[in-house]
Amino acid sequence: MSTVQTQVSPAQAQVAFISSSIGKKIFQAITGLFLFLFVTGHMVGNLQIFLGQDQLNTYAQALKNLPALIWSVRILMFIFFAIHIWRGIQLYFENKFSRPISYVRNATVQAPLSSRTMIFSGAGILLYVVYHLLHFTFITTNPQYAGLHDTLGRHDVYSMIILGYQNIAISAVYLVAMFFLCYHLSHAIPSFMQTIGINNQKWEPRLKVLGYLIAVVIFFGYSVIPAAVLSNFIVLPEGVH
Amino acid sequence: MNFKLHVWRQKNAAAKGRMEQYEARDINGDMSFLEMLDVVNEDLVEKGIDPIHFDHDCREGICGACSLVINGLPHGGMTGTTCEVRMRLFKDGSTIYIEPFRAKAFPVIKDLTVDRTSIDRVMQAGGFVSTHTGAATDANAILIPKDKAEEAMDAAACIGCGACVAACKNASGMLFVAAKVSQLALLPQGQAERERRVNKMVAQMDIEGFGNCTNYFECEAVCPKDISVKFIAKMNREYMRALVK
Ligand code: FES
Repeated sequence: MSTVQTQVSPAQAQVAFISSSIGKKIFQAITGLFLFLFVTGHMVGNLQIFLGQDQLNTYAQALKNLPALIWSVRILMFIFFAIHIWRGIQLYFENKFSRPISYVRNATVQAPLSSRTMIFSGAGILLYVVYHLLHFTFITTNPQYAGLHDTLGRHDVYSMIILGYQNIAISAVYLVAMFFLCYHLSHAIPSFMQTIGINNQKWEPRLKVLGYLIAVVIFFGYSVIPAAVLSNFIVLPEGVH
Repeated sequence: MNFKLHVWRQKNAAAKGRMEQYEARDINGDMSFLEMLDVVNEDLVEKGIDPIHFDHDCREGICGACSLVINGLPHGGMTGTTCEVRMRLFKDGSTIYIEPFRAKAFPVIKDLTVDRTSIDRVMQAGGFVSTHTGAATDANAILIPKDKAEEAMDAAACIGCGACVAACKNASGMLFVAAKVSQLALLPQGQAERERRVNKMVAQMDIEGFGNCTNYFECEAVCPKDISVKFIAKMNREYMRALVK
């Protein structure tokens, strides 16, 4: 069959690693991990809304005063997000082409729906991220937010969030997006562990449960904000409307 | 027992196939699935119709030659291989869909027979240990802890039938390759070529056009030899280890 093969050089091995099926999985897992860490950090930041207007605006101002940090995180996240999406789409099509003729009768034993719809939940998250950036970061969709300032003259992020989620439609879209995120993570977390090789028969069911738990925590951690706004648990400061 | 069969018929590799309907009449419930097809084929031959082609050899669940996707699941998704599936497990009078293992890496040769030499080429790429021939060495000359021997045996139980590929939504061959990589990586005899083996087998697997694993674990669910997906995690570890080694 094949001729005698010499050892591959380390450089060749690295190139082979990145473009191999396992390498692609690991890439997807690692970029996903960074996105997950960002999502978690962002949630903790958001939850400061329950500590009041001063705390949240102080936090927002503090971030603004660290442009080097903000921009390096933004650029890194953009790169990880782009790689994760690009690889995800690539994997989706490669996997479709691996079975050119599909079965007439299809059956599934144990693959959860979330695992089979990652590309769609992912697309949902992407659409929302675009809207979310236009809404709160670039303030394109609701330019009136730009004029909000608190008594200390800082940008009033607190009021901006409350005004945003007082709108039922915006809150509804937000909840749907958080559901997509939660759904995506419920497969992503156990899948991450398997891909980087931390799994065995004993841990497989535990990791599944852990995935669900973390996903649910993220969902509620985010969704509690529009819920608190809509139920008037947190209200606009005096004089803002 | 009587069944209505929908069977994939395809003249040759180049032809376009389609599902055909047949009747399976007076089937004994203790017959295996393949014996049921034998009965149907006898009937077809009598009628002058080309019999249904399917793979088989040992007919006792050890060789991995038999295949078939039955009602959407390889080997019918029951315990064991298609040759071990008994007709009493189906409801009398029910309709059964029979299709070949489908994957780009498993092109159809005729009807239900597919070309699975892609998995042989993955084995040739690295699924072996190099050893001298000649006089047999003493048994137990190399001591292997019981738990390692058991785990290696669990992986070695793979008969290479390809059901994992057929079940995977991505037609990925990772469970098969992982079983072979793990089996040898767990044993002292496999250490010398450990890194080279995983690199070559994964490279060959990718060349053959298998899909990428996205952790559905459908493979594990249909494997007639109950190979665990923990071996895929192990193969991932082996592959990363080979990179830094
Ligand atoms: S014919 Fe040998 S395993 Fe089924």
